[in-house]
Amino acid sequence: MGALSRARGSSLIFEVFRQEKKGAAFAHAGSVEAPDATFAHAYAHEQYGRRQESEALWVVPRDAIHEVHDFHDELHQTYHRVDGYPLKEKLRLARERAGGTAKSVDALSAGGG
Amino acid sequence: MDEQRFLEYVQSGGQVETTDRMPDDYRSKLVKFIEMHGNSELMGVLPEREWILRAPTLQRKLALTAKVQDEVGHSQLIYRVVEDLGKPREQCLADLISGKSKFHNVFHYPTKTWGDVGVIAWLVDAAAIISQKALLKCSYAPYARIMKKICWEESFHILHGRDVVLTMMNGTDEQRELVQEALNRWWGPLMQFHGNPISKEDDPMYIWRIKSQGNEEARQQFLDGYVPQIWELGLTVPDPKLRKSDDGVWEYSEPDWDELKHVVTGHGPKTQERLEFRRKFLEQEAWVRSVVLAEAA
Repeated sequence: MGALSRARGSSLIFEVFRQEKKGAAFAHAGSVEAPDATFAHAYAHEQYGRRQESEALWVVPRDAIHEVHDFHDELHQTYHRVDGYPLKEKLRLARERAGGTAKSVDALSAGGG
Repeated sequence: MDEQRFLEYVQSGGQVETTDRMPDDYRSKLVKFIEMHGNSELMGVLPEREWILRAPTLQRKLALTAKVQDEVGHSQLIYRVVEDLGKPREQCLADLISGKSKFHNVFHYPTKTWGDVGVIAWLVDAAAIISQKALLKCSYAPYARIMKKICWEESFHILHGRDVVLTMMNGTDEQRELVQEALNRWWGPLMQFHGNPISKEDDPMYIWRIKSQGNEEARQQFLDGYVPQIWELGLTVPDPKLRKSDDGVWEYSEPDWDELKHVVTGHGPKTQERLEFRRKFLEQEAWVRSVVLAEAA
């Protein structure tokens, strides 16, 4: 991203992240071009907050953002993800083996009532 | 990835970021399309700007000023997207004032009365928001993202325009007449706005999924949404052929495509005057830009 930061002369690009409500995550909203941080704050304030649509903004020089995006999964490692545990079929088998000896959920909840 | 795979990727709903590799043709189509949108926002404030000092009430003056600020803000956001694609804003502005690049047809016409201001804010913005909402699905993600904010602000503009029109329609016969006259003036340009009914499969902007709908689709959506709203106020749409057929498709007189071409190539009634205005202001404010940049250096 660094190579793109200077669009011209001495102007800089600042990325703007916007928080819509207190407690919400900051989401990328867009960018502003400004000669320095003070101008960038003023432009971002005007561009992304003048209708009270934002709780807060993060205004970050583009150079300060380091993108990491190489997420390969050649070995299809699913053991650390929810989709690595499809239990439905195993549960069906287990229930079949248990046969009539196990109490049904209905019976348990009725007993516990 | 090669061009064919890229094409398949965007056609199956894939989105592209600034730093992704993209075919040169895609990049240049994006620049052309998005730059024209930025130009249109910037030029689009001029017809309304003329009415700020003549607005009938303080409230209207404030609302109109806010709308003008919104549109200029949109052009700034949009030119930023173009810049990240490789064309600097200075170049966009230079091409705009030299007449090399284009802006939308509706911004080449005069605003004769306050009725025009209402019709522009209501119906021109309504036509524009239909195109812009379809851009929320643009294959180029940074453009799609800023469209969210733009559509959000445009929705105020439509309400503001409708409020102006309703107020006049509830007023004197003379006021009602001003709205009807403005509608008569704007109907032609409005029908041309979404472009000729070229099949979307032949539209390069659709092929690359820069646009997500065809021109005629957008026009039908406009007619479907707004003709009933125009009719219910007792206004007459100046097209005797306009009707909704039994299969739900709007029929209308062929828009004047020669006029559209003539106007967007720099021959509209107000084209040169408005470009001259931009030239003058770019020149007049040049010292501000150089001082600000020198201070920061």
